[in-house]
This record gives sequence, structure tokens and C-alpha cells, in this order.
Amino acid sequence: MCGIIGVIDRTMARMDGSSIKKALSLMDERGSGEGAGYVAYGIYPDYSDCYAIHVFFDNLLEPKTNVDRILQKWGRIVYQEEIPTYEQPNLKREHIPWRYFFKPYTDLMVGTTNPDDDNVKRLVMTINSTVEGALVFSSGINLGVFKASGWPEDVANFYRIEDYKGYIWLAHNRYPTNTSGWWGGAHPFNLLDWSVVHNGEITSYGTNRRYVESHGYQCTMSTDTEVVAYLFDLIGRRHGLPSDMVVEALAPPFWDEIDEMPEKQEEFMRALRLTYGPALMNGPFAIVIATKDGIVGFTDRIKLRPLVVGENDSKLYISSEEAAIRIMDPDVERIYMPRAGEPVIGRVTQ
Amino acid sequence: MSLGSVPLKYKISIDRDQCMKCMRCVDNCSYGVYRIEDDKIIIDSRKCTACHRCISMCPRDAIMLQERPVDYRSHPLWTTEAREDVINQARSGKIILSGMGNAVDYPIIFDRLVLDACQVTNPSIDPLREPMELRTYIGKKPEKLDFTMKDGDVELNTKLAPNLKLDTPIMIGHMSYGAISLNAQLSLAKAVAKTGTFMGTGEGGMHEAIYPYQDHSIVQIASGRFGVDIDYLERGAAIEIKVGQGAKPGIGGHLPGEKVCADVSCTRMIPLGSDAISPAPHHDIYSIEDLAQLVRSLKEATNWEKPVFVKIAAVHNVAAIAAGIARSSADAVVIDGFKGGTGAAPKVFRDNVGIPIEAAIAAVDQKLNDQGIRNEVSIIASGGLRNSADLAKSIALGADAVYIGTASLIALGCRVCGSCYRGLCPWGIATQRPELVERIDSDVGSENVANLIRGWTLELSELMGAAGLNSIESLRGNRERLRGYMLDEGLLDVLKIESVGA
Repeated sequence: MCGIIGVIDRTMARMDGSSIKKALSLMDERGSGEGAGYVAYGIYPDYSDCYAIHVFFDNLLEPKTNVDRILQKWGRIVYQEEIPTYEQPNLKREHIPWRYFFKPYTDLMVGTTNPDDDNVKRLVMTINSTVEGALVFSSGINLGVFKASGWPEDVANFYRIEDYKGYIWLAHNRYPTNTSGWWGGAHPFNLLDWSVVHNGEITSYGTNRRYVESHGYQCTMSTDTEVVAYLFDLIGRRHGLPSDMVVEALAPPFWDEIDEMPEKQEEFMRALRLTYGPALMNGPFAIVIATKDGIVGFTDRIKLRPLVVGENDSKLYISSEEAAIRIMDPDVERIYMPRAGEPVIGRVTQ
Repeated sequence: MSLGSVPLKYKISIDRDQCMKCMRCVDNCSYGVYRIEDDKIIIDSRKCTACHRCISMCPRDAIMLQERPVDYRSHPLWTTEAREDVINQARSGKIILSGMGNAVDYPIIFDRLVLDACQVTNPSIDPLREPMELRTYIGKKPEKLDFTMKDGDVELNTKLAPNLKLDTPIMIGHMSYGAISLNAQLSLAKAVAKTGTFMGTGEGGMHEAIYPYQDHSIVQIASGRFGVDIDYLERGAAIEIKVGQGAKPGIGGHLPGEKVCADVSCTRMIPLGSDAISPAPHHDIYSIEDLAQLVRSLKEATNWEKPVFVKIAAVHNVAAIAAGIARSSADAVVIDGFKGGTGAAPKVFRDNVGIPIEAAIAAVDQKLNDQGIRNEVSIIASGGLRNSADLAKSIALGADAVYIGTASLIALGCRVCGSCYRGLCPWGIATQRPELVERIDSDVGSENVANLIRGWTLELSELMGAAGLNSIESLRGNRERLRGYMLDEGLLDVLKIESVGA
């Protein structure tokens, strides 16, 4: 189950959240009212040089003091506030969503090619694994995740999603089957610029989790999807593989297909599989990943979950259901279903 | 003879109404249980090892074998075995020898691990209809890929280290020519060639008869360096340095002179009839640095074209040792658990030294993972694997592949009678007596062993499919797919798995 939808305007024209709310609500049959969420890119132009760190606090006393202390040790808090929310009759407020706009001290992190990103990544891991009552659920620049336990329309109204404008939107309607529905377990999952929505289960989770944990990531959200964001950060950002190559590492062709490839390609694919074997993902999944430059959608290697793609001029849609795309954009053209493991990529054109 | 003798272990009897006196039992028993006197088959049960050769060959099913009831006064501490060992040592003053694996009734951890299966929300995969990938590469892997993009084309700069390509993650462990017969070894060699995997030569050199299968052989270097020369190294698809063995950690090897026939002497490069004794330590390895030097020397000698493995027995600090091995340029670490088999070992070692393979795999895998180098080196596990479930659990705990030893011998007829060290194996396996060796037809034997590997491979595919996995990479180290049943918290923590129901 679970319903996912993502959209990018390749010209970076910003769309408000009203239509994606409508599309996600259309897929209510795919959810159970235990989790929904949205992420939008380009929503904080006033703080476009800061990391927007969204945190769920259980209370604003000890957890917040600890988070403030950690952030101030490693950088400067440019601005902070409670994320505006609006009471909903069907949504129980379990945490206080807070946002910081944060600039890390670059010179505190040496020996890395992306000191700021590595600094913030480490902060997220530190807070999530050591500060009780605080959970960082969004940490990218000029983007923000908004999620909670509830139905898509209630979560959208809770955060008043239509007030935000972004050039990429992802949204997720959750039907939890493995772990309980809680705010941290709702999608999207985010780390730095990476945001993930996922329909399915990752049966290779144990292997994937150990792999990312051996590279300094800590899985704290009790949900398999979290690991996908970390895999993309590790392989995409830190190892420098482009998105399509990351997808090839995570959902590679079968050996029989690799054996038949031209020599040079075969050599590359074999090297890729040997190097990133522990990152290979198994199980039924359809995933859409966003980063600031674009979105990527792909399914597992035998396509056990649906994924539909639609295009309209500069807009690219990826979703679990065609109807969700059509309600967002009745004029959508070129609807198709990608093959198993085939990445669908929408990049911004600047 | 103040001590007298200990009672016999087994009681053989013949149903005389059924017996047609074909004498197959007499011909087949190399231990001398049967003899003919006045046209009557006389039985000397005291000589029986329960090897079952006579029973298997009797056309009338006329032979019966029972463990003989023991009439000692029962005592919870002074068991029959404890008492008899004391009696035997009081008589001989010698170390008690034993064959095969650990015979103490330790709990078997494998049997307290249960695997997962998909239901409803994540569909199981049917291996008969969907691709299932068991292909395994053993050897060094890069930490990350180095490549350049040129006109939209990818130019790979990373050069892969040599890896062994296995069609199934099951290999056959090292059993030397000398410890086992040539026909037994040839059966194993033909079986691995048929199934796309590899076997170890053991420390006995490589007999000419194995040359046609050398591409499927891993040559071993033990402390005795028997049979090692550049030709031997170049023939192997990989090279393995044996530091320790699960059945006898901390001690060397011993092949009695009576097993060193002309052919064995030639293959091992030792004098005919001489004892082949591997010292306890390698006399050029007293540290990880020394080991690294040997690993690199072997690579240099073979032009850096072959992976080099290092085999150690599973012992208390196996994880730290394995991490050192991983940094010694070795391509794979082989861990042999304390239920591993042997041709001959002091019983006190076999039954009391080392740790179970399940805990060793998990500890080594975790340590390498904590150090961020797990994927860069392979783990091969061995020592007491009995079936495909043990195989699947080993991989889920973190092994890349396994070696099987005893199981492959059972596929050749072995009945685990534990008398390998006597050189009289009636099945033609652990013997060099020509009349016994020829009891194995290597073509037939190889088909039995290949069938075993095929059967396990099919079952592993099914277990993976049930868990929703279509690639062996996703089972490796996937502790989520395992749960501990009636295991204590300490062990669950070492294995890094949760309890059933969690």
C-alpha cells in the first residue's frame, strides 16, 4: 500500500501545495490515517544560504535546550521559530514542530570535500541518536518536510501546505505495515538535500542499514525507508555518483543481463555491483527521491509496486496512480509506466 | 592387565535366517569385525566403529547394529566416556586421538535461529518464475568507484582486484590428499567443476589427477609447506594460508607415516612413509606484519593475479584477529568453527577449544562493519554446517560463502564413525589403501556431491525467495531476517539479532 506522488517544474517555477494535497488525498485508499507528509524545494528563499533544520520536540524545555546547545557549538542559528500549525479535529498534536535556519562553522570540519554538508549530517545523527525528545526530520537548504500521523488532508491543513511554494514537491500517504504509525515514521524522509517517499517494504533493510551505519549514519526512525535517504547521501553525495548511477547501484540489472552487455559496460556494471553490493535494495518498492537539482523515481528489479509517469511541458509527475497525476494536472500528456529498475529522472534546466 | 578392558561400544548381530552367507560383510569390513570359520561368519563386535559399510552392502538387510548398553553405575559427572578415557590414558599415557567434529553435546546455535518469510504486504518471490541470484564474488572489493565522465561516457578508473566467481555460495573446504584418498579428492574436484564453485586442496600439494580441475581449486599453504612450489601456487585459482583449524585451534597437523604412500610422498614432497608434521605456528608468522609479508609475497610470486585467503580457527578474540587479517592485504578471511571436522585431532582440543561458528561469523562481520571495511574483504565460514538452513543462517549472520567438509564426505558415503585417523576407512575416503580407495568411483561420487550442492542451492533460493530477496547480496549480514529462539540476551547481543516475537 502507500501512495506516493512527486512533481518537478524543470524551469524552477514554484507551485503552491494545494494541488498536491488534492492528489494525495485522492489516494486515501492507500493510507490508513497513520501518516502523511509533504516536502517542497525552494520554499525558503529568504534563507537560501541556511540549512533549514526541522525538529519535532516533545517539549520545549530540556530537548530544545540540548539541541540549541549542539547547534550553537557547531555553527550559528540565524533564525528560529515554531513552525506555524493549525489545529485539526482529526489530528492529535504529538510533537511541537520547530525550525532553525542554521549556518555551520565550516572550519570545524576538515578533511572532507563537503564540510558544511558533512557537518550538518553529523549534527542530525548526533541529535537523533542522543537527544531524547527531539527528532530532526528535515535538514536541507531551502526546503522543508512537513509530516505527521494523520490523513493527507488533515496533515496538509495542519501545516497549511498551500501557503508554501516550491519547484519540487513530494508527498506520501502511509499505510504502515512494519512499524507503528508515528510522526517520525511518516514520509518523506530527509537528510540534507535528499528527500524520499516510498511505497513498499525493503527486505534488504538489515544489510542496507549495516552498510550505511558502517559509514557513520545512524538509523533512528524505526522504518526501512530512512535508509534510502542515507544510501543516496553516501553514494550520491559523498562518493559522487550521479543519480542514474545510484539507481543502478541500488536496483542493478540482473547478472544475466550484465553478462550480455558490451565489454566496457559489463566491466563497469560488475565493478558497480561488487562495490555497492550491500547497497542493493530488495523487496517490493516504488521510490521517488528529490534533491535540489531534480527528482528520480524507480522501482525494484521485478517491479512489485506500481509507478506511473506523466509529463506536461516543464512539469514531470511520478506517482503510484495515474488518477493522482490527472487530478493535479488534467492536461497531462505522455503517461507511461517505467520498466522495473529503470530510473525516471527530472532535472531542473537552468 | 590390572585395568582390564573397557566394554565394547557396539553390538553387531546377524539374522541367521536371512543371511545367505554371501560374505560381503567379510569383504567390506576393513576393521576386521567379520571372519569365516568353518563356513560360519564369526563376529568380533569389539572392532566395530559403526561405519555402516557392512549394513549398506548386505543384500538381505540381515545385519543389526546397536549401541551396546553400558552397565557402569550411572553417575552424572563420571560419565561412561569420562571413565573410559581415564582408563585408556592410565593404560597408555598418551593423548587420545579422535576424528570428525566436536562430539560434545553443546547447544547448536543454528537450531535456535529462525528465518523470516514474507506474508501479504511484501510478496515472496518464486524462484521457479523469477530470477534468483546466488552468484558470489570472493575477494577484495573497492571502497568506492573512481571514474571519469567523458563525452557522456563513463571511464572506469578503478581496477578490480582478482575475485573468485562462484555460481553458488557453497565451496568445499580443505581436505588434503593424504588425509583423504585421491578418488575422494577427485570426486570433490569434479563436483565443484560441475557446479561452478571451488574446493580446497588442503596442505598436501596437488596431485596430477587434479590438474584438469585446477581452475576450481584453492591451494593451501600450512605451516609444514608440504607440496608448495611455484608450480603449485600458479595452478590454484586462489591461495589460502592456513593458520588454524576449527577442530584443533592452536596446534599443527599430523599425517601418520603409514598414510604416506608413494603417491602422497611425491605430491607432498616428503620421504615415503615419513610422518608429515605441520608445526603449531608458521615459523615466519608471529604478527600481523609477518602475515602481511607472506600474503604479499604470495601475491608477488603469482603476479598479483590470485586472491589470497587466510584461514583461522574461531577463537575468543577472532574478530580482532580477522580485522588484522583484513588489513594484511588478504582478500578473504576464512573462519573455521569449533564443530569443524578433522582427520585426526587430540580429543581434548576437538571437544574443548574454540567457539561456535555462528558467534564467530557475527562477531567478525560486526567488527569489520564497525571499521567500515566489511565489503572490502570476504568472509568464508566453515565448521559444522549440516544443511541449507545452516548455510542461509551463516550468510544472514554475515558470511559471503561457506566451506563444507563433513557434509561433502557424507555425500561420498562417510557415516561419521569418527575413525578417520586409523587410515582404514571402509568407504575409501580417509584411507590410502588401494583396495579401499578403489571403492569410490569418482564419477559417481562427484555426481553425489554435486547433487548435494545443487540441492542446497535450490533450497537456499527458496529460502531467499520466501524472505522476499532475489539477490544473495541482500541476505548477507541481513540480521533483520533472523530471530533468536530461546537464546540468552548475551548471545543475542553478540549475534546482533532480536528475539522471536520482536
